[in-house]
Amino acid sequence: MTTETTATRTAAETPAPGVRVIGSGASLWSRVPWTLIIFVFACAVPWIGSRYNAFLAEQIAIDALFAVSLNLLLGTTGLVSFGHVAYFGVGAYVCGILMKTYSLPFVIAFPAAGLGAAAFALVSGYFCVRLIKLYFAMLTLAFSQIIWAIAYKWNDVTGGDNGLPEIPFPNMDWMNSLPLVGDLKTADRFYLLSILLIAMSLAIVHRIIRSPFGRVLTTIRDNPERAAFIGVNVRLYQLAAFVVAGTFAGFAGALYGIFSRGVFADYVFWSKSAEVLIMTILGGMDYFWGPPVGALALVWLNQEITDYTEYWPFVLGTILLVLLFAFPGGILGGLDALWSRARRVRRA
Amino acid sequence: MAPSFLFSQFMGGLTTAMFLFLIASGLSLVFGIMRVINFAHGSFYMLGAYLAWQGVQWFHPTGVGFWAASLFAAVAVGVLGAVVERLFFRSLYGREELYQLLFTYALVLILGDVAKFIWGTQQLSVSTPPVLVGSVQIFGSTQPFYNLFMMVIGPAIALAGWLVLNRSGVGRLVRAAQMDREMLDALGANVGTVYTGMFVVSSFLAGLSGALVTPIQSIVPGMDVLIIVQAFIVVVIGGMGSLWGTFWGSVIYGEVLSFGILIFPGFSLFSVFALMAVILIVRPWGLFGRPL
Amino acid sequence: MLEVAGLSKSFAGFRAVSDVDLKVETGQIAAVIGPNGAGKSTLFNLITGHLQPDGGTVRLDGRDITGTPPYRICRMGIGRSFQRTNIFARLTVFENLQAAFLVHHRRGVNFWSRSETLYRDETTALLASIGLVEQRDTVAGTLSYGNQKQLELGLALASDPALLLLDEPTAGMSATETHETIRLIEKIAGERALTLLFTEHDMDVVFQIAQKIAVLHQGRVIADGAPAEVRADPTVRRVYLGEH
Repeated sequence: MTTETTATRTAAETPAPGVRVIGSGASLWSRVPWTLIIFVFACAVPWIGSRYNAFLAEQIAIDALFAVSLNLLLGTTGLVSFGHVAYFGVGAYVCGILMKTYSLPFVIAFPAAGLGAAAFALVSGYFCVRLIKLYFAMLTLAFSQIIWAIAYKWNDVTGGDNGLPEIPFPNMDWMNSLPLVGDLKTADRFYLLSILLIAMSLAIVHRIIRSPFGRVLTTIRDNPERAAFIGVNVRLYQLAAFVVAGTFAGFAGALYGIFSRGVFADYVFWSKSAEVLIMTILGGMDYFWGPPVGALALVWLNQEITDYTEYWPFVLGTILLVLLFAFPGGILGGLDALWSRARRVRRA
Repeated sequence: MAPSFLFSQFMGGLTTAMFLFLIASGLSLVFGIMRVINFAHGSFYMLGAYLAWQGVQWFHPTGVGFWAASLFAAVAVGVLGAVVERLFFRSLYGREELYQLLFTYALVLILGDVAKFIWGTQQLSVSTPPVLVGSVQIFGSTQPFYNLFMMVIGPAIALAGWLVLNRSGVGRLVRAAQMDREMLDALGANVGTVYTGMFVVSSFLAGLSGALVTPIQSIVPGMDVLIIVQAFIVVVIGGMGSLWGTFWGSVIYGEVLSFGILIFPGFSLFSVFALMAVILIVRPWGLFGRPL
Repeated sequence: MLEVAGLSKSFAGFRAVSDVDLKVETGQIAAVIGPNGAGKSTLFNLITGHLQPDGGTVRLDGRDITGTPPYRICRMGIGRSFQRTNIFARLTVFENLQAAFLVHHRRGVNFWSRSETLYRDETTALLASIGLVEQRDTVAGTLSYGNQKQLELGLALASDPALLLLDEPTAGMSATETHETIRLIEKIAGERALTLLFTEHDMDVVFQIAQKIAVLHQGRVIADGAPAEVRADPTVRRVYLGEH
């Protein structure tokens, strides 16, 4: 083994880029089941916190899923999409329309949202992956604005600029008989349902990234030419990543529509794509937990700052500048660097 | 469909086109040389408008006041461009394009709020300079003099730009930088100065177009976002880095918007993005651009 | 095994490769040599599908593979190493090779297993045969140049090729490193009964191990045959060996 600890990773201990966990090697930190703790904590919010806390937590969780789905493209496959909100929007509208206009139950509307987003991702992705970097980004933006234009103008189906207010909550009567949970109000019940669905989705995405499929994607990010010459059909894999990412963005969108009691065209405007991109990079795009950390940071900061001033864009812009010039690795990247330095100091 | 109505629509589209052309030309220029899309270009445009309004308030609102104010605005924005490029953009050149794009987006966020902070959120307006007040009847449709003036300025800039780029030493340097930056570096030419220069010219153009648009459009927060999307579409259709392409892209955009509304109201918003998507799919480098 | 006939490619009027014929028999070690700009890399790129030829054909065991996309050519049993080191810089050496095995065994469609558990034995074996066992957990981007080239070779070998194309395998190496690399290549070619086609600048290397040499000059083949013949060929001496 070399002595340069930062350049060494034992493959069995820590997964490769895209799924990195803070710090490497066996230590007290990595033995703690952080994921489980966070999940239990998230579930406990309706009891240990206020309705407002649960509201914030749900916002963070949904954004986390949305950002993680984007990072499947950005951090794992190396595809920079400026139009990821399109799939979020398709999911939101499909679920909203099915539940409100057609009174279909959540168990049908939710998967349908994912399916709809996946279908649009398949069609748009087919064209996008044929283009190189800059043009790829521009076409994703174009498709996303097309969705926005449709949402904004197709009054009959999407409600146009009035949108779809008052999406009903799913029927959660089956929770009545459950201990503890049965006493919760509807909003809190939906909160728990969301957390459960989001946790499952995150687990699936995590699994996908660590799978051979995910490994192929990271080779594509690293060196597409080399990937082709170990036998990878790069375009096909990029398209597959695009569809998977779109599906989970669709799920996030579906939950968001119900959570925010309505689906509106400005959810799909390109500035939302920029926001989720910033979230992902803020947290650290080389880490699986980067995007959720970024979501947490951004939502929390937004809440704090908007209490004091209306100039949130200025603050966001400044954060972005600091990020770009001082901490390109994001929050987790910065922490990881500190960690490695601390370990080196300890070993010396 | 009376011919005068059609002509009116056509002229309306052309007016939009020529305004857009002035703005988009700066965007196209920066991309052509530096291979970066400057999202903040719309913010420079907006600042040009606000500064022109400010200038008019300061320099006694006479006929000359408007022109002086516009020049003041354009120069000020040009200077801002120089500062931004030297201080910040420089250090991002070697990095991934994503970081450069995000930087320009950060500028959009910051400059947007700066404008809001200084000038507030209500609509501001500037009156048409006296020398161009009034209108004329052509083919039964009323054309304001100011609009006609703008339609002339657009192609004038195109011609001037084309001449500079093709006939002068500076132009040769710029085209060389467009093709191979590293080679130029190796030859000892000061590439940094070329980049700064181009950025300054682009910002100047943005500021100027913002200033010139004030007599016919009110100055509001959000005009930066609105314009950058349109300029972006124009540059994609016409081709990045091609001035001629930007011109034709603007014309196509203006007319599609103008006549699209007649076909059915919601259509034009959708159709410009659809057009952008089609161009990117079929011919990503646009009508007049060159493959990257 | 490999048969190239009448291959041509021009770039904006410049004829990079002109009417090239080349034959490599199964099990042979063949070399393509020529001065800089003679068209060696272009020829390789044409064979491996990175470029579309303007004319001519490429056949593998009789099958026409002209212009097939690179990933398919790889699957057909042609391995390639690149002139500028082309590895997965952010993965460790072990992960680099493991990934190649994953792809070769068509596991890329597996969304469920944990990738780090697959093909560990094969990877370890390959590490041993290319001599990078000690560096297995080093991040590939931090490897020394020589080690990166070894990894290049490993990546090409993981797809279990029958024909190996090596683009300047000893470029930028010291005399010792070159010697070691050639030993390694010879050993592996022998162990796996590979057909080898490589390009080189180093004449000593070429005459040491090549059984057949083709000389390119300005995109054309000016000589083709056993090393002794080529050495004696007057055109070659004039154009190439004389300069060297």
